[in-house]
This record gives sequence, C-alpha cells and structure tokens, in this order.
Amino acid sequence: MLGYIIRRVLQAILITIGVTLIVFILLHVIPGGGVARNILGPRANAAQIAQFNHENGLDQPLPLQYLTYLWQLIHGNFGFSYKLNQSVSSLLVQYLPKTLLLLGLSYIVAIVIAIPLGIYQAVRRNKPDDYIFTGASFVLYSMPVFWLGIILIVLFSFVLHWFPAEGPQGAFVTDDLGQLSSLVLPVATLSLVTIASFSRYMRSSTLENMVQDYTRTARAKGASNSRVLFVHVLRNAMIPILTLIGLSVGYVFSGALITEALFNYPGIGYIFWNATLTTDYPIILGVIVVTGFATVLGSLMADVMYAIADPRVRYRRA
Amino acid sequence: MSTLDQPQTIAFPVPSGATQEKPGEVQDIVPAFEAQGVWRLAFNVFVQNRLAVVGVGIVVFMVLFCFAGPLFYHTNQVDTNLANEFLAPSHAHPLGTDQDGFDIVGRLMIGGQTSLEIGIAAALIATVFGVLWGAVAGFFGGWVDNLLMRFVDIMLAIPALFLLLFLAVAFPRNVFTLIIVVSVTAWLIPARLVRAEALTLRTREYVQAVTMMGGGGFRIVLRHIIPNSVGTIMVNATFQVADAILLVAAVNYLGLGIAPPATNWGAMLSDGTTYIANGWWWLIYPAGLAIVLTVVAFNFIGDALRDALEVRLQKR
Repeated sequence: MLGYIIRRVLQAILITIGVTLIVFILLHVIPGGGVARNILGPRANAAQIAQFNHENGLDQPLPLQYLTYLWQLIHGNFGFSYKLNQSVSSLLVQYLPKTLLLLGLSYIVAIVIAIPLGIYQAVRRNKPDDYIFTGASFVLYSMPVFWLGIILIVLFSFVLHWFPAEGPQGAFVTDDLGQLSSLVLPVATLSLVTIASFSRYMRSSTLENMVQDYTRTARAKGASNSRVLFVHVLRNAMIPILTLIGLSVGYVFSGALITEALFNYPGIGYIFWNATLTTDYPIILGVIVVTGFATVLGSLMADVMYAIADPRVRYRRA
Repeated sequence: MSTLDQPQTIAFPVPSGATQEKPGEVQDIVPAFEAQGVWRLAFNVFVQNRLAVVGVGIVVFMVLFCFAGPLFYHTNQVDTNLANEFLAPSHAHPLGTDQDGFDIVGRLMIGGQTSLEIGIAAALIATVFGVLWGAVAGFFGGWVDNLLMRFVDIMLAIPALFLLLFLAVAFPRNVFTLIIVVSVTAWLIPARLVRAEALTLRTREYVQAVTMMGGGGFRIVLRHIIPNSVGTIMVNATFQVADAILLVAAVNYLGLGIAPPATNWGAMLSDGTTYIANGWWWLIYPAGLAIVLTVVAFNFIGDALRDALEVRLQKR
C-alpha cells in the first residue's frame, strides 16, 4: 500500500512538471504578438522592448528559460507579474484561499445534498419524484454555469432581495468570512452543477449495489431494509463517489473561474482571466501550475481513497 | 465497455422491451446476421427511449430553426440600429431587440448556427483525433502507450477552461479557431476511453487471427480495433457535442469568443448579462434556453445511445 502511494505521488510530481513544460511551450509558440509589445503598449520603442525582454529573461534560449523557471519554481518562486507589480507567489497567497473557500464550501454543500438525494432517487426509482429529480439534474447539468448564476442573481438578488448580487470583496479570505451572505449565490451556483452530476452517479451506484448478491444475502439473513441500505449498500455505493470527488477537481476549477467572473469575486480564476487578457505570462503559468497540481492531487486522492475503500484494487495492483 | 466486445456470442442479451413486442423476429435475426442484429437491436432500444426521441426532435428542430429559419424569417443582422435598441417583444419583434437593435429571434438563428457548427465540428475533430490516439496507444502498448497516455494525463491535469482561455486569447477570434481550440481540450476523453477498449480488444482471437494472416498494426487499428469500439465512441461523441457547446458558451461569456457582428448563443448571453438589472428578460432567457435545450437534447441522445449500444447497462 505504501509503495503504491509513493509510486502515485512520484507520478503526480512528474505530471505537474509535464504541465509546466507543456504550458511553457504553448505560451512561447502560440502567436500572441510579442509579450513585450503587449505589456509596454504600442508606443514602446525597440530599446525599451529589448530592455523588457532582457529583464524578464525573454532574450535567452527557450530551453534555458524553461530550466530557469523550473529551478525557481522548485524554490517556491513563481516569478513576478508583468502588470500588477506584485510577485505571483504573493498573488497566489492572497487569492488562492478565496478560490479554495468557494470550492470547499460548494463541495461540502454538493456532497451533503447529492448523496442523500441519490440514495432517495435509487430507492424511489422510476417513480414520479425520481423522474422530477432526474429531470432537474439533467437540466442543471446541461446549463451554462454563468446562466444558472444569472438566473439566481435575478431571482434572489433583484426580485427577492435576499442576497447580494456580488461575491465578497474583502482583501483577504478572512474578510470574506465576515460576508457570508454574499457567498451564498456563488456557492449555490457552483454547487448546483456539482449536485446534478454527483446525484446522478450516486443514484446509479446505489442501484447497482442494490441488486448485488451480497445485498440479497444480507436481506436473506434478516437484515432490515434500512440496515441493508445504510450499512451494506451505502458503503459500497460511496466508493465511486469518493473517486468522482477527486476526479472532479479540474472540472470544478473551471466552474469556479466562471463563477468568480460572474460574481466579480477575485479568486485565482478571476486573476487568471485578467492575466490572459493582458498576456501576463507569469500569472498564467503560476495559476496553471497550481490548478494543475490541485487536479493531479485530486486524482491521486481519488486513487488512494479507492485503494483504501476497496481492498480488491489494492491487491490487484500490488 | 461496449456491446461490441462480444460480437460472436450467440446468446446475445435481448432487451426486455424488444422481446415483448416481436419475440420471433428478434431471435431470428440475432444468430443469423450478427452485425445487422446488433444495430437493429440498438435501434429498437434507442427508439423505445422516449427521451431519446425527444432529444432527436429538439436537435432536428434547432438545426432547422438556425439554418433554414433565416430563409423564412428575414431580419437585418448586420447593420446596427440604435433607434431600435432594447425594444420589448412585440408583433414586429416576437422576442424584442438587443443592445444594437438586432431582432432577437433572428439573432438566435445566426447565433445558433455558430454554436451548433462549433459544437458539432469540435466534437467530430476531437473524437477522430482522440480515437486514433487512444487506439494506437492501446494496441501497440509498451513505450508507445506510455508516451501517448502520459501526454494525455498531463493535458488532462490542466482544467479545460483554463487551457481554453489562454489558447483563445492567442488566436484570431473566428469560428475556425474556436473549433480547433475547443477540440484541443476535448480529444483527451475519447483517447482514454478508446485506449481502454483497445487494451481488451487486442487480445481477442479475431485480432490475433489478423496478425497471424499478416495484417499490419495500422490495419488492425483502423479496420478492427476502432470499428469494434464504435459504441463507446458514438456515445462519447454525442456527449462531446453537448460539452463543446457549453465550453464555447463559457468562452464567449468571458469575452474571448467570436468577434462581432458574428455571434453565438454564449456571446448573446454575455451581452445580455450587462443589462440584468434592467429587467430586460428577453436578452437573457431565450439564448440561455436555446443552449440548455440543445445540450439537454444531446445528453438525452447520448444516454439513450449508451443504453442501446452497451447492453450490460440496459434498463434498470
């Protein structure tokens, strides 16, 4: 088991390094009109551009630039923003917790709602209420995240005046915690989509386990319906959900980007969006490295949890 | 994963619905003509799924609405007319006008053309590329597999929208580049699925028979591995269309999509968002509904295809 985890951690590190390599290459080969020109503006002269390129190491050979970047990255230095006069690390320290707060809250809300909902639907399968929830999750799942957010804003902010239409605007994440009411709509937007997909998985996973031999055996031995459902079936049905939670990290980060843009909530998705508009390479690279690492970590957690929860996986791979 | 794993099996699981209606016919066909039987069965299951029929209906309607609609419903979608901006729905403009005075119904049509074109084209390109990539990796195995799939792992580690955004910034903002950019993020899933299929298919007797008869690697991939994974591929391709339409909408919402006067549903929503506080609902709901309907339709079709083509998952 320990060997398995170590092997997977090494793989995760290699993949993160691979992410930096690919993004680095993409950043430098895609046509963008020179970075220096974009940053310094149309009136910069050749000398200023040369100076900018020299200061930021852009005049060096690409492999050398990459190795320098990697070397700095290992030492925790993400570079310095071209536009914001701030190091990328300090930006990440300031804004990453905000995104994590948003993600964490919406994961919690999603799990707390989706798992019981999925079980309920499985128990009531093919009855009217199952159809209603299935239909609702189908629609939610097919909805553009920002449109869902807009509808929530119109309904709960403009019509009912329950919650503000904008995310919390504190400088640090601790300030945001004081404005929980402004967090309601962003968290709701992000978690509704997740609930839709989680509950569908939970429903089919529960159904799958309800027809297994062990369920029949448990029932034959006289276990009550609720005992079979909540002790035997639930434990096994949760396994795919554990994996799904880990694997959905990248997907949820994408959703967070849109949510942050919609609610004007300055998390890393938001600063990434701005950085792409201003070709601020160090921020683009930094955010992708962090989100990429989080995604890899998510799938690593999924694998490890799967191995812990399901011994069959452990033995097969060992 | 797919039905087509076992084309030789005689005892093919017959869907309950099909047997009830025409038991004789189905059982006659299955042993005699395997390939035809599989597709006939799949078709029967698909058609019996009411949601799938609804899905196909919606897609057909949307395609007709967007591509044939402008032939009957003439609107000026090129010249802005600020005297007509933000008109409420009326007889002349059934869904009102937008911030440039464009008629919303007409706008939905041309916006839908781009959305559908990008969604379908991106899904096709992503599927073709991903399928080839995955089939080659799975069939050849060894270092080829390792190299190809580690690359997929790395690309998958970058959240799709982040990758998409910074690609979208770099390229000119037109339909063609959006198709390419979306397919760059979308081909990874079919690659993984087909690789898994190829891993199981390559040990089958018929594949070994081809090898023994002197069939080369690429012949096996193209003529045997890929055709036998077609169920998985089709199901995934349908979901890809739905995802691509959503991704394109998101990119346009973030202001990095198609340059005006061209538009699509996502861009329409993006423009409408500016005015949500004004209560001009016709700027927000029609385009959003069009996206949701289309995406739901493709998801319905995908689910039904999965039921039809992957026998093991059939009706619970």
